[in-house]
Amino acid sequence: MNKTPVFKLSSVTYRYLNQTPGLSDISMQIHSGQAIVVLGANGSGKSTLLKILDGLYFPQKGDIRAYDVRLTEKSLQDTDFSRDFRRRVGLVFQDPDVQLFLPTVKDELSFAPLQMGLAQEAVARRVAQAFELLGIAALADRAPYHLSEGEKKKVALAAALTLDPEVWLLDEPTASLDPRTQSWVIDFLLQLSEQGKTLVIATHDLEIAHLVAHKCYVLGEDHRLLREGSPQAVLDDQELLVQANLIHSHRHYHPSGATHKHPHRH
Amino acid sequence: MRRDFVAKTLAETTQAIENALFARRFAGARGFLQILDPRVKLVTFLALLIVTAFVQRIEVLAGFYILTLVLGLSARLPMGFFIKRVWVFIPIFTGVIALPALFNVFTPGRSLFVVYRFAEPHQFGPFFIPAVIAVTYQGLYSAGLLVMRVATSVSLAVLLVLTTEWVSLLKAMSVLKVPEVVILILAMTYRYIFLFLRVVQDMFLARKSRLITHSNFHERRRWTAARIGVLVGKSYKLSNDVHLAMLSRGWTGRPRLMEKFRLSSWDWIWTGMVCMLITFWLWLR
Repeated sequence: MNKTPVFKLSSVTYRYLNQTPGLSDISMQIHSGQAIVVLGANGSGKSTLLKILDGLYFPQKGDIRAYDVRLTEKSLQDTDFSRDFRRRVGLVFQDPDVQLFLPTVKDELSFAPLQMGLAQEAVARRVAQAFELLGIAALADRAPYHLSEGEKKKVALAAALTLDPEVWLLDEPTASLDPRTQSWVIDFLLQLSEQGKTLVIATHDLEIAHLVAHKCYVLGEDHRLLREGSPQAVLDDQELLVQANLIHSHRHYHPSGATHKHPHRH
Repeated sequence: MRRDFVAKTLAETTQAIENALFARRFAGARGFLQILDPRVKLVTFLALLIVTAFVQRIEVLAGFYILTLVLGLSARLPMGFFIKRVWVFIPIFTGVIALPALFNVFTPGRSLFVVYRFAEPHQFGPFFIPAVIAVTYQGLYSAGLLVMRVATSVSLAVLLVLTTEWVSLLKAMSVLKVPEVVILILAMTYRYIFLFLRVVQDMFLARKSRLITHSNFHERRRWTAARIGVLVGKSYKLSNDVHLAMLSRGWTGRPRLMEKFRLSSWDWIWTGMVCMLITFWLWLR
């Protein structure tokens, strides 16, 4: 494993409009090839963290370094660094309607490689490979508004795949998906991880942490880091998961007919 | 039951989405116009539109209109749908403009039949009203010319739009030297219109599902104004998020679009036919 971390965050604090807290005093290191799962309840700051890692938001306090370069608006104005950073780091947004902003699926897949200055033939090859790999060639000329949520998610992943980034930032990759597509997405993430890609997955789906993560970070509802550790250590800590609002107790029905109350992981 | 404007908006929003989906089917059909390169189609149809605007003989315009019908057939469009789409608005818009030209008040000439007789002529400021109001041959010809010109122009525009994917049509605009950034903005606008149409539809359906009694006009107006505000807020947030997504995927402010156009022999044949037609018209003049 490379000793220089891909990302190094030191006491990062971000406030929306300088008022509403998004993240408070977050420090972490992410190394190449790691699969990191950031767990937290809605509004804990997971998406904000991914946007900071992707150089879309910049912390008001603290410091973030990517590939040993401080990520600031100024550093990303440098065309060479910006192009290199965008080629190496890909973000898959939670809402595919945000990410899929072009009229057809083929346009979506070709957008990023074209922005990177690749020739049309090379882009066409990459797009064809992504279509084949994800089995979505039939969607090529379809408009995003004609797609189901599962199809949109696959297209969003394919759009990132055409750049073949080293680092994948994924915001709630299994949210609003049916069980079969959820399982497909998890398999896809495992394949990426096996290929040595660095994954940073923001989710409150504990299943992903269990199946994919090498390391977990837990964000609290106060936007602070509650805990970092191995998936086993984090997932076994019931008190921590309750505190982070990742599990809760509720009354429910079992097929045996019994109705009772105990902590649940969804 | 008479529908209020909220219900009408809901129905028309749904209709707009359905129309877009319905029209998209024609662009994917295997007709003659669909196999043409969108750039060729755009330029040749623009040329035909310009010629149509300058034709002064009704029989030539009628010939052009028949050509659009033949093209509609070759594009495998349902003719009833195509003709209705063109003619449904002509009486409303063009008819209103053309109607006064029929009469000798505006177009003097050889009377065809008398509509009304006054006891004596009248003068209203600069306007002179003759004692006999009649439809003139020259008036009928002018009105016919206008109606035929509009019908032919609308037919050409409808043919172009129905037989070409919007995205291809927008990309084809690069051949007219429209900047790529303008094309990208138009393409993104077209993409998000449908998202917002669905949002509007959901808002109206949510209201309908919770409405127990009839609401009065003021309540409906207040509700609609509030929804417009919500929609503006949503679109503002979405535009920020989309901008972040663009930045994340390497957007530098210089758009680069995928070109997939390729000329075929049909494009050359069609261009040749249009050139011959224009030459013939010039010869007729």
